[in-house]
Amino acid sequence: MSTQILMPALSPTMEEGKLAKWHVKEGDTVKAGDVLAEIETDKATMEFESIDEGRIGKILVPEGAEGVKVNQPIAVLEMEGDSAPAPKDISSTMQAIRDAIVPAVAAPALKAPLPEAPKAASTPPKGEVQKANGADPHTENRVFASPLARCIAQQSGIDIGNLHGSGPRGRIVKSDVEAAAKGSVQKAPAKAATPAAQQVPRPAAEAPATLSGIMPLPDARLFFREGEYDAVPNDSMRKTIARRLASAKTLIPHYYLTIDCDIGALMSLRARLNEKSLKGEGAYKLSVNDFVIKASAMALMKHTDVNASWTDAAILHHKHADIGIAVDLNPGLITPLVFKAETKGLLEISNETKSLAERAKAKKLKPFEFEGGGFSISNLGMFGIRQFTALINPPQSAILAVGAGEERAVVRDGKIVAATVMTLTMSCDHRVIDGATGARFLQTLKVFIEEPASMLL
Amino acid sequence: MAESFDVIVVGGGPGGYVCAIRCGQLGLKTAVVERENLGGICLNWGCIPTKALLRSSEIWHLMHRLDEFGFSADNIKFDLTKIVERSRKVAAQLSNGVKGLMKKHKVAVIDGEAKLKGKGTISVVKNGQTTEYSAKNIVLATGARAREFRGLEADGNLIWTYRHAMVPKEFPKSLLVVGSGAIGIEFASFYRTLGADVTVVEVLDRVLPVEDAEISAAAQKAFQKQGMVIKTATTVEKLQKGASNVTATLKAKDGKVETITVDRVVLAVGIVGNVENIGLEQAGIKVEKTHVVVNQWCETGVPGVYAIGDLTGPPWLAHKAMHEGVIVAERIGGVKGVHPLDTSKIPGCTYCWPQVASVGMTEAKARETGRKIKVGKFPFIGNGKAIALGEVEGFIKTVFDADTGELLGAHMIGAEVTELIQGYGIARTLEGTDADLQTVIFPHPTLSEMMHEAVLAADGRPLHI
Repeated sequence: MSTQILMPALSPTMEEGKLAKWHVKEGDTVKAGDVLAEIETDKATMEFESIDEGRIGKILVPEGAEGVKVNQPIAVLEMEGDSAPAPKDISSTMQAIRDAIVPAVAAPALKAPLPEAPKAASTPPKGEVQKANGADPHTENRVFASPLARCIAQQSGIDIGNLHGSGPRGRIVKSDVEAAAKGSVQKAPAKAATPAAQQVPRPAAEAPATLSGIMPLPDARLFFREGEYDAVPNDSMRKTIARRLASAKTLIPHYYLTIDCDIGALMSLRARLNEKSLKGEGAYKLSVNDFVIKASAMALMKHTDVNASWTDAAILHHKHADIGIAVDLNPGLITPLVFKAETKGLLEISNETKSLAERAKAKKLKPFEFEGGGFSISNLGMFGIRQFTALINPPQSAILAVGAGEERAVVRDGKIVAATVMTLTMSCDHRVIDGATGARFLQTLKVFIEEPASMLL
Repeated sequence: MAESFDVIVVGGGPGGYVCAIRCGQLGLKTAVVERENLGGICLNWGCIPTKALLRSSEIWHLMHRLDEFGFSADNIKFDLTKIVERSRKVAAQLSNGVKGLMKKHKVAVIDGEAKLKGKGTISVVKNGQTTEYSAKNIVLATGARAREFRGLEADGNLIWTYRHAMVPKEFPKSLLVVGSGAIGIEFASFYRTLGADVTVVEVLDRVLPVEDAEISAAAQKAFQKQGMVIKTATTVEKLQKGASNVTATLKAKDGKVETITVDRVVLAVGIVGNVENIGLEQAGIKVEKTHVVVNQWCETGVPGVYAIGDLTGPPWLAHKAMHEGVIVAERIGGVKGVHPLDTSKIPGCTYCWPQVASVGMTEAKARETGRKIKVGKFPFIGNGKAIALGEVEGFIKTVFDADTGELLGAHMIGAEVTELIQGYGIARTLEGTDADLQTVIFPHPTLSEMMHEAVLAADGRPLHI
């Protein structure tokens, strides 16, 4: 087994330092207490001692290197019985990233195996040496669950990592899984709704959240005295958000495209349609977002290369526009799906999104209603946000961030005039969507939004 | 001004005194009211003294197998007075121990009979004197007693309950045991082993009717081999007392009537809760079939009044009462993460010879639930330690959910199985599956290896048979 020797924090505020001098070279045998290196900070130079016994396998940071971040691996220590070679350079890091992505979107030939619970090495609060292969079972990502609970969860298609445990020390027990199963009667999720699921065996689990070779972030508690903060424990939704979005932002190469849309015509059409609403039963009130969903669905059908998901072997072009709508749960959020939005009218979309949002707030969504999809829309316009960028929600490849529709001064035919303008920013996965591909999609979308009647064409 | 407590526990049996200890540990000002002896029936007139008696009968049984083990002795006798004396001493020692435990956990012990008196108040009567106490929480743990039928009342002389059967002055040559539950069968076993002619009458169609049918059948066969007369599907119509014996009229389900005459009768036909004279009606606490009605948290519906143990109904087991006592104490003490009692995890033990122990569902019950099950069995005769001990009678049976591998139930009959059942209890509580139990390393040579084999057998892969 090998462990990585990490850049030590010589003081609680230290963020980086200079590796002033190595006292060992590759192949040297060291024991606990041996001086490995001299570390220099802006305040002092200190000796860094080994706390383990072993042989220096590889020095990763050369002598004299400045700006070495705390907890960055600086060398590999091979312990007795070592067989697995330590990550050597950037190529092994890339391999790790690849490995992490592959199981998340299993290749068609792959039979989805029963995954190990994600085991990720957490950041040790003060340790200088971290076990490279995550042998420590008490990592924060380990799911504590009884064997029976695991078995029932697997058979019911329930992600045990998202459950709250009611057993001793939060252990997930049978009754927790059974309660979750009752809440999600639909066991084989969305086979009809997401065609991609039929071609590709359903991925059994998410990829491990942390990759070996990537520097872990320091534990924030290092920087603050206990008592000077309130620790609000992370609930399972917060953990899921953290895990999924950290993976998404780390593993998906995002880029962003911004476009302004004049929504004058849309606003007046909306007003006219809303005036036609019945009173009492059957009453409706279309929102700008309903138009954006409809327009996106239409645009996605024209640009299936945006309505797509990445796998190593192939890009999956979805046949329907299943669009996730970000719902604020305050705290937390979830993106339930409007399935086959291209087949639905504004009213149906409006009613469906209302129902999804209500059920999301009541935590009554079934897993198939928020897993998968080809595209997402996040709207912060109601908060007066003019423009923002959103994180892609895997397995999707793009998400549209919708800003507020507001009166702005625009130049038309050389004159400054007032117009109602809404700014859209699409985040794209560059593996799937090239810049011009994304731009063409936004062009189509802009036409649908600026001239809603064109959706009838 | 009445002395006030955080918790007053009414009844110092296993449920009550354990509840009081846990309350004390949680820093609650606690008192326990007991009218007789700390430790209750279990410790003074139940579980513990009967185990002392059965130990004596076990030794007697072994002394009759001396030759098999390479010993010889003549003129083997037993002294009933000494056997009973030892049993009483064991009970007294433990009751004293409970007194010490109360002191250690700063639990006040109040002698007398308690009665609920309005909101948060109880009165305790001792020698005609009444004292009132107030408490934020009151835990009723008054226990239960033997059920008697009209015309079949115990007199303590010729017709006994467990209480009389435990302190016989002379040894009956013949005995009729009415009821073949744990209590009846343990006394039947004790008296039969020491040489009495024992007849057991059971209204249902098998002995130990709560156990798995196969266990009942094996037990019945073993008892009959020992010379017990077992009459199932039979009721006692009449008990006619003579000068020194009793003539019983027995009626079988098929209508056949017979009479037998025996020296003594032991009534073991069930249990009724001690619900009388503790002020339940006035307090508005609901009683059904002589037991206090409670919810999953042992709450009676009257705020601040809880009931635990035998008083609240079956299974009438000391360890059930103790567990409920802890649950109530922890709820009062604000401990987080307390779970209600899961009755499917309560093991049951009968200390007859051979012993019987079980936890969870019987095979029949598991089948009734409609799930796919698999059953494993392993006999004592296939176990090295059992053969070395000279105890080859019995078997162990496991019932698993075939889909999830959940251990639904385990059933055992044979030597020392009451000490083994906890292993399956732990597995059930930790929610281990068949796959987990298969990988457990059981020490060799032990009787516990049969537990492993019974798990493997459920998959058709036992190693030693």
